[in-house]
Amino acid sequence: MERIPILRMGEYLLVTIQVDMHDRLAMTLQDDLTNRISETGAKGVLIDISSLEIVDSFIGRMLGNIASMSRVLDADTVVVGMRPAVAITLVELGMSLTGVRTALNVDAGMDLLRNSLDARKDALYGSRIQ
Amino acid sequence: MAVVSSEATAVATESDIVTVRRLVREASAKLGFSLVDQTKVVTAASELARNTLIHGKGGEMELITLNGPRVGLRLKFHDHGPGIRDIQLALRDGFTTGSGLGLGLGGAKRLVNEFEINSQPGEGTTVTVTRWK
Ligand SMILES: Nc1ncnc2c1ncn2[C@@H]1O[C@H](COP(=O)(O)OP(=O)(O)OP(=O)(O)O)[C@@H](O)[C@H]1O
Ligand SMILES: [Mg+2]
Repeated sequence: MERIPILRMGEYLLVTIQVDMHDRLAMTLQDDLTNRISETGAKGVLIDISSLEIVDSFIGRMLGNIASMSRVLDADTVVVGMRPAVAITLVELGMSLTGVRTALNVDAGMDLLRNSLDARKDALYGSRIQ
Repeated sequence: MAVVSSEATAVATESDIVTVRRLVREASAKLGFSLVDQTKVVTAASELARNTLIHGKGGEMELITLNGPRVGLRLKFHDHGPGIRDIQLALRDGFTTGSGLGLGLGGAKRLVNEFEINSQPGEGTTVTVTRWK
């Protein structure tokens, strides 16, 4: 069965969606990511959608589900690289992507994940800068 | 209204939804739609094709290129499914009889210039949308 690869980089999981996904492939990605977060204890998930030419309500719902599930499993999710035309269309479609954190590109997304993880560690162990 | 071309394609499987997106993308690009307009009409088509498949139990899409006096793309999604009992209700954001978000119909309507639903309970549904260049 066709699958979207999930790469592990330290405490993070990276996914680059490069094909126009049919609905079942999107569902499979959602399940695979959930399993991988719980197996690896990853603290963050970065999903690069810069190749996606459209995001409809189905993909939008998938992104929202991934964000909620990763939150339950104690990981942050950030979606990066949404094309401007896609963003404009999503708003008109009525999809607000509530609860989904976004960043302009992979670098900004990784910064966001790292800062968020640092902040969580600080909250747990106290500030490292004395 | 000058119809330049008209072509029908099946909407019977999930991969057909991907095909619909590709065909609508190609046709709107060929007509010279802006990138944003292409994205809007492809997204609307994706929602309507999924409704044809899931709620209408499969059907087809007719893709019509209009040229003169105005240039545009007209898409007709047709099925012989259960039909829609209350169209106003079905159009309302958040209304769903399935497991979706209930955004497809209302959202598709906002993404096009003209939107029409013909549906008879027990007979089927035809949704026709037009996006002008
Ligand atoms: N072709 C159709 N045949 C029968 N019923 C339909 C058809 N299209 C839409 N409907 C009805 O209208 C409702 C609203 O459709 P809409 O696309 O807005 O939401 P959805 O498909 O339920 O969820 P979403 O599209 O957000 O995943 C559907 O739940 C269904 O009851
Ligand atoms: Mg729908």
